[in-house]
Amino acid sequence: MAQASQDQGAVGIADPDEDSPNMIAYRKIEDIITRLQDETEGVPVRTVKSFLSKIPSVVTGSDIVQWMMKNLNIDDPAEAIHIGSLIAAQGYIFPISDHVLTLKDDGTLYRFQAPYFWPSNCWEPENTDYAIYLCKRTMQNKTRLELADYEAENLARLQRAFARKWEFIFMQAEAQVKIDRKKDKTERKILDSQERAFWDVHRPVPGCVNTTEMDIRKCRRLKNPQRVKKSVYGVVDDTHTQSPVHTPSQQSSKDTREDVEKEILFLNTQLDRHCMKMSKVAETLMIYTEQYLDYDPFVTVPDPANPWISDDVTFWELEASKDPSQPRVKKWGFSLDEALKDPVGREQFLKFLESEFSSENLLFWLAVQDLKCRPLQEVAARAQEIWQEFLAEGAPSAINLDSHSYERTSQNLKDPGRYSFEDAQDHIYKLMKSDSYPRYLRSNAYQDLLLARKKPEAEQGRRTSLEKFTRSVGKSLTSKRLTGLMQSS
Amino acid sequence: MSELEQLRQEAEQLRNQIRDARKACNDSSLSQITAGLDSVGRIQMRTRRTLRGHLAKIYAMQWATDSRLLVSASQDGKLIIWDSYSTNKIHAIPLRSSWVMTCAYAPSGSYAACGGLDNICSIYSLKTREGNVRVTRELSGHTGYLSCCRFLDDSQIVTSSGDTTCALWDIETGQQTTTFTGHTGDVMSLSLSPDSRTFVSGACDASSKLWDIRDGMCRQSFTGHVSDINAVIFFPNGNAFTTGSDDATCRLFDLRADQELMMYSHDNINCGITSVAFSKSGRLLLAGYDDFNCNVWDTLKGERAGVLAGHDNRVSCLGISSDGMALATGSWDSFLRIWN
Repeated sequence: MAQASQDQGAVGIADPDEDSPNMIAYRKIEDIITRLQDETEGVPVRTVKSFLSKIPSVVTGSDIVQWMMKNLNIDDPAEAIHIGSLIAAQGYIFPISDHVLTLKDDGTLYRFQAPYFWPSNCWEPENTDYAIYLCKRTMQNKTRLELADYEAENLARLQRAFARKWEFIFMQAEAQVKIDRKKDKTERKILDSQERAFWDVHRPVPGCVNTTEMDIRKCRRLKNPQRVKKSVYGVVDDTHTQSPVHTPSQQSSKDTREDVEKEILFLNTQLDRHCMKMSKVAETLMIYTEQYLDYDPFVTVPDPANPWISDDVTFWELEASKDPSQPRVKKWGFSLDEALKDPVGREQFLKFLESEFSSENLLFWLAVQDLKCRPLQEVAARAQEIWQEFLAEGAPSAINLDSHSYERTSQNLKDPGRYSFEDAQDHIYKLMKSDSYPRYLRSNAYQDLLLARKKPEAEQGRRTSLEKFTRSVGKSLTSKRLTGLMQSS
Repeated sequence: MSELEQLRQEAEQLRNQIRDARKACNDSSLSQITAGLDSVGRIQMRTRRTLRGHLAKIYAMQWATDSRLLVSASQDGKLIIWDSYSTNKIHAIPLRSSWVMTCAYAPSGSYAACGGLDNICSIYSLKTREGNVRVTRELSGHTGYLSCCRFLDDSQIVTSSGDTTCALWDIETGQQTTTFTGHTGDVMSLSLSPDSRTFVSGACDASSKLWDIRDGMCRQSFTGHVSDINAVIFFPNGNAFTTGSDDATCRLFDLRADQELMMYSHDNINCGITSVAFSKSGRLLLAGYDDFNCNVWDTLKGERAGVLAGHDNRVSCLGISSDGMALATGSWDSFLRIWN
């Protein structure tokens, strides 16, 4: 190998790339690794006797698991295996006789990776490097260095790809073998295994997760292409000096005066904002979750049962039917929003308003909601229709707006847009919320549904003829409106 | 002192004043206040369905509003619409560009959208008269990759991009109605508020911003994370939101307190978060991680309530159905899993 391993690698602390996405994860793992290797507090690193030779510098998988459970406050060995396997997959520890990088809770022997090879050094070794590595392995007459099947296949592929520069690669491999031969036998065992583990990370066994794969959204943002290490053996591939994937990040240009002025404007608006106290905020969060806990299938067992678990779709069938369940009706009482969100809730509320001759408010609100969803080209025409229906002089479904909102809206209609009725809609919403909605909740119609009181057939006939009359009048007034809201009875 | 220097000082002073105002509101912390609250206990969820069919990493998914269909996008160049309950594929849509990073389902169920390295948001009509699926619009205008898109309704869609901006589009005309500028890093994710008037975005500049859809203004900006924010989701009541980041933490921010309320992290969690979602009541926060697991957090107490292990590669996306019954996770291992 071109470089001595042990003292290389620990990257300086004052490093501008420290907050790059993977670095944070690497530093945390390296903390654990450092602790694991601590002379007094870490795992015992031993030389193990085997047959006629010795295996230097190893620890057992179960030692690592035990250490993690004790020092990282883990109760469940499975969690320790999970974290340990992650650390192994990144290449920080490795089994000495397996290409597959996982942690096992048994006597399997593991070694620590040299800091030189740590992922935090931004390794992106090229294929020429890998070719040199595989080539040099074939030159050494040791069974422990024999190529695995997938490695032999990789070598064959690389030979075809680099056919023209194979002589160069071969020479480099020979040079590496010469350098390696000069090393102490025990040291060689360790270095060879670390080198192999490095390649297990960057050229993993087929079927294993390649932990060096990066999210393509983050790939091009590698901040410093100079930091990327491309060769273990000091070979620079001059065919592409500029990585096609990495572009040096734009040096953040100094803020222009305009930028700072914009920021000051923004900050001033933020300063004017009224901040709510933490205790109040926390309280509202707690109240909300408490209220909806019964409706959260992950916390409260739903009734009827969760179709995913029971394989019974009754729950969905009930939701789709026009007959609302009692809990669903109860939810309409939480807020006007909830009543309006649910199509059946909307329908029921509308029915009630019709009985009071005040349905135009809700119909206006719904029309404006619909306006906001229309394609731009339809907006102007639709806005005019809404104005004619609800606000113009002699409008058939006149709503009551305060003069201020009326003026504003009238102005907006000169250049109609999706949000021309925002003020009016807000005003009407507040009106409904403070007036008709509470009345609706107190009404017989709602209470009957809430208490699941079913009117027996006989009682239907006892409805006064006045009630019937008002209902039918209400119906004809609204029959022109948005369809799909009314249940034809 | 130059004028620019003076301005910078003014900005710094304002920032300090805002920080002090926020501190003054800190009469307590969320975890202190919820200390006495009953814990949710251990949450254990099992995989109920595995959706097999993609041939490469899954990058994104979204549930349809009917809580049964969902759309997923994979780097095998396909958008698949699944009936997750029966595991049948309803549509397998070949994409023009296989480098897809996001997908969305319109609330009406009539459209799906996706985009990625092509910088374009493609709108697909799922309910054509002929019965097949085809592209109806290609919304181009972004100068960077499309990281996220969300339908407001059949006429409008909001997108976020690697060009550091977000945009609101009128689908019919293909025009950008509004552009939202302010982030200084790739915008990775966005979440629409329950009332559809605002949305929140998370970016690689470690900040998240609240935007007014109507006028394009940034209403609030939140800091706290120390690395890229990959995912953002509104709390069900629309007054708070959570972000997930490469700094291995999720954080809860409140709009009215204008600051961070809680951080969800653990010493043994050493990898980034790719995706976040709330359970129906908001009491549980589910987050997908690079270490192949999902963690379930008690939103109010900040404790980890459970772990979902099962994927063989990183969890890249997740979502909870609108009826709250099921969690869907998508992974680089090419599978989607449905849990509850």
